[in-house]
Amino acid sequence: MTITQQQQAVISRRRSRRKTSNAVASVLIGLCVVVIMIPLIAILWYLISNGVSALSVEFFTRDPVPVGEAGGGLRNAIVGTLMLLAIASVIGIIIGVAGGVMLAEYPRNRLVPTVRLVSDVLSGVPAIVMGLVAYGLVVVTTKHFSAFAGGIALGLLMIPIVVRTSEEVLKLVPVSVREAGLALGLPQWRVILSIVLPSAASGIVTGVMLAVARVAGEASPLLFTAFGNPRLSLNPAQPVSALPLSIFNYVVSPYEAWHRLANAGALVLVILIFITTLLTRLATRRRH
Amino acid sequence: MTSIKLPPTAGRTSSKGDSPFRLLITVLACAIIVIFLLSIYELTSTSWLSIKTFGLSFLTRVVWNPVTGQFGALNFVIGTLLTSLIALIIAVPLAIGSSIFITEYAPRWLSEPIGYLIELLAAIPSVIFGLWGVFVVVPIIRSIELWIFYQPWITQNPALKWLVPDQPTGLGLMTASIILAIMVIPYTASVSRDVIRLVPSDQREAMYALGATKWEVIRSAILPYARAGIFGGVILSLGRALGETLAVTMVIGNVPAIPKTIWSPTATMSSVIANEFTEAVENLHLSSLIEVGLLLFFVSVLVNYLARVIIHRLNPLAVNA
Repeated sequence: MTITQQQQAVISRRRSRRKTSNAVASVLIGLCVVVIMIPLIAILWYLISNGVSALSVEFFTRDPVPVGEAGGGLRNAIVGTLMLLAIASVIGIIIGVAGGVMLAEYPRNRLVPTVRLVSDVLSGVPAIVMGLVAYGLVVVTTKHFSAFAGGIALGLLMIPIVVRTSEEVLKLVPVSVREAGLALGLPQWRVILSIVLPSAASGIVTGVMLAVARVAGEASPLLFTAFGNPRLSLNPAQPVSALPLSIFNYVVSPYEAWHRLANAGALVLVILIFITTLLTRLATRRRH
Repeated sequence: MTSIKLPPTAGRTSSKGDSPFRLLITVLACAIIVIFLLSIYELTSTSWLSIKTFGLSFLTRVVWNPVTGQFGALNFVIGTLLTSLIALIIAVPLAIGSSIFITEYAPRWLSEPIGYLIELLAAIPSVIFGLWGVFVVVPIIRSIELWIFYQPWITQNPALKWLVPDQPTGLGLMTASIILAIMVIPYTASVSRDVIRLVPSDQREAMYALGATKWEVIRSAILPYARAGIFGGVILSLGRALGETLAVTMVIGNVPAIPKTIWSPTATMSSVIANEFTEAVENLHLSSLIEVGLLLFFVSVLVNYLARVIIHRLNPLAVNA
């Protein structure tokens, strides 16, 4: 069977068409990455070019001043964010790590599938809905907004993240380590507490830090729980401000000075979150 | 990561500490289930006034009037669905394209940093997307709207009516959808990257051996194989998009009406809660807002459950997004 000249022409025409479509597809796929990078770079560029000029020592050491006065900072929001994160971490770590231990160490418990399912589903519940839950639980009961309410809202958001990461990390601890402990005659609870948890500690800390970084930027559940406070407050039973909350309030305000404060706050918040994320990323990479 | 079988010691050791410790862990872990049930109880009980007053008609009415005390959630449901849908239409092709680039095209030194950068996008808080949206995207959209105003071939054409903005503010459906799209890209991208990596290399090599070009391999060997997983990632992104609050609130215009054009200001379920909750004084208004939250809770639970089922069926390890 010989190939005629006509057939050869058809084949080569097809080949060139296939090559063209291949090239077009490569370019389009490359373009997708470029298009995704544009907003990321634009956001970072915007924050750097507008935030740096608005940053000063005052930003960290003073509370906001009324519109019209010069200066002012976001000390109240920075302190408020730290307070909220501390309260949230207590809830997130205790319940989250316990959940992770149960899923990883007692896999035959009948409640394990339910806990895993509920935790997964909770991780997708919108932050603002968790804010409503905390509002109903704390604000309605105590009859006023408080740092506790905000911290509980953020803590509820942290739990599913901590459960998932600590379960994964605990499962990375080799069985042989557990068996060695048991062979020495240690009861299971001692094995978990003194052998498994310490060897997974760095991973669990990483997971907690990631969860903290996630909720540190949440403002929507704080709108009606922590509420915001123009002054520095260290009382957890009082309303406090938070960086993302102040940014939101200042961006939607009509004042130029507040916009500047929002830009500076946004830069600080993003730097904090990026540093945490990068550090945890590096820590996890070294371990594997 | 393999599944670990624990030695069958639980319950059989002689230690007195074992059962109290197991009980403690179980009780704390069950707090997660309690929180879930408590959430449903709290949301239902605080919105009971509205549930009792409007019943099922709350879901089907297009009225939202705090002055006359008439509330219905349909406009917000439509607003949420529209913004999420447009956002996914923009985001999904970009996300899939980028994950194909990372897995199939880019060399290792390039694919890792790009992967990190896309994940960095997920680390940026909602409120900062909103800030950037208000100060950068809104003016751009406004100038596009103004440009359309002066194009007679668009404004005079009855078939293109949906393209003509009613008032060129830059705030509205389209702006919110664009911001949402940028925010959900990392979720689809990371899931589809994981499932594309799971496609066995035999599949690719078999196609290459037949003389296929790279694009043909992607189209007929990789994408069909990864389709279900990518779909799971899209559903996961949908869950994110449905609940995203502040960025949307800041750029959507917050008008409780069904949008007439793709530029019209409107409102979503989450944006109306964020926008009106602290200003609501009437009990009925408050409880209606919480009922919107209850609705959002059930929708997001359903969507996330679906995503979980789809991704899990494929590969129990791929759910790291």
